Amino acid sequence: MKRLKIEASTALCQMQDAGRFGVRHLGVTQGGALDWVAMHWANWLLGNPLGAPVVEVALGGFALVAEQDCVLALAGADLDARVDDQPLLPWRSFGLAKGQRLTLKQPKQGVRAYLAAPGGFQGEDVLGSCATVVREELGGIDGRGLALGKGQTLTFAGGSPALREVPAAMCPCYVAKPVLDLVMGAQIGDFSGTSLFEAFNRDWTLDSRADRMGIRLLGPQLAYQGAPMISEGIPLGAVQVPPDGQPIVLLNDRQTIGGYPRLGALTPLALAQLAQCMPGAVVRFRAVVQEEAWREQQALLGRWL
Amino acid sequence: MKLRIEVVAIDSLMVRLFDRIDEANMPWMLAASQRLRAAFGEHLVDLVPSYTTLMLQSDLSPGEARALIGQALDGLQPDTGSGGRHHEIPVWYDVSVGPELPVLAARSGLSEAEVIRLHSEREYPVFALGFAPGFGFMGLVDERLASPRLSTPRKRVAAGSVGIAERQTAAYPAVSPGGWNLIGRTPVRLFDREREGYSLLQPGDRVRFVAVSRDEFLALGGDVEAQG
Repeated sequence: MKRLKIEASTALCQMQDAGRFGVRHLGVTQGGALDWVAMHWANWLLGNPLGAPVVEVALGGFALVAEQDCVLALAGADLDARVDDQPLLPWRSFGLAKGQRLTLKQPKQGVRAYLAAPGGFQGEDVLGSCATVVREELGGIDGRGLALGKGQTLTFAGGSPALREVPAAMCPCYVAKPVLDLVMGAQIGDFSGTSLFEAFNRDWTLDSRADRMGIRLLGPQLAYQGAPMISEGIPLGAVQVPPDGQPIVLLNDRQTIGGYPRLGALTPLALAQLAQCMPGAVVRFRAVVQEEAWREQQALLGRWL
Repeated sequence: MKLRIEVVAIDSLMVRLFDRIDEANMPWMLAASQRLRAAFGEHLVDLVPSYTTLMLQSDLSPGEARALIGQALDGLQPDTGSGGRHHEIPVWYDVSVGPELPVLAARSGLSEAEVIRLHSEREYPVFALGFAPGFGFMGLVDERLASPRLSTPRKRVAAGSVGIAERQTAAYPAVSPGGWNLIGRTPVRLFDREREGYSLLQPGDRVRFVAVSRDEFLALGGDVEAQG
């Protein structure tokens, strides 16, 4: 067993994995890494199952010290990572010698970085996952839903695989104004024609009201003209429009049912892109149909086969 | 019952059976749920029942999933017997743990005892779980008990609190914020990760609340901590 001692952390540094499934009918949310693409790469670099437990660090403020020589992997945002004083770029595995310190300081590009360890970090399996959901008190190192804290120890059992990098052509780039694919949902025809035009042709700005449950977007006011809805299941990435006309993209820690009308739901790739956008960033939506989006997602998943 | 299948996300479809909330939906919803679980087997990722719908997430292509739903629900008949368990949930109805008990009584012109009797004499189906793990939306309560949510939700509602919102009723499984009108508290643990199935209530179960005294509440492990 190898150990890493956490020297600095924030409420936004959490153990995550692919999420919790088969329990949504009990009101239990999904959880899991917001940028699943970066999580996949971090695990791929070490030969892990792609959804193995990782550390999700949003915005920085995280530091740990190795208690043994080990190999780790970093993917996702560039959070000005250092090994002692040496800069460390993401999208690679790297050695951390006993006593060396890894720090993720502040965002230079993107928002969320993923740190993986050989064999995956060890957490308490709760309802099939160690994804941390603070609100539900589920997941994390001890299963009680706590964010990672200073003084805690991360452990893992894997060996020291050879160092490697994600091929440059495969690295996602976190561009300004990403275009997010949105699978059109059943209520889309109940928005006014003007609203539909604006939804897909205007800029949307990320509000500072954003967390792992959802991100509010600011822009033109969208008008829903359909009948009031009865609460129903909410999928990952749902773009719901409450009465104020400003959409909310629902993320991994969302409530499981709700009654606001929706334009549809973002694709998994669009969600990974959104997870790397800062408040104030601008995005656009592109309407796609379900079957085509599904085929593209299958092709994307083929990258890691 | 009129079956519609709608797109909700890349890997999810909404199976819509009804257009209004009604206890009579429940035998159909239960039967549909059982058939879909059986038909999808390992391909089912999650099935989320709510009042009138079942949201189905699977690892099949949208076309395959749609066809399989149609096939599974062909000739659907309501489940009138086997599905859904009965629960009796003890509640200590008292202003000290249910601050809106006198408010509801005053609003309806009933005595507190009448409010308690009306709430505890009906058997309620569990329409859906949501809001928090193990939080079951039940109903419908007698029209005289219907009450709008608090205009300012409480920051902290104690675990076990039993409340009413409009014509629905529920018990809070854990401490959380909440805007329902609180009328009492149950000592029963509604969500327990060590329990088989985790949640005491499952969609389609039926619940009757049973009034108990403060002493019985405490003997059953109840906690009298104040609401926040």
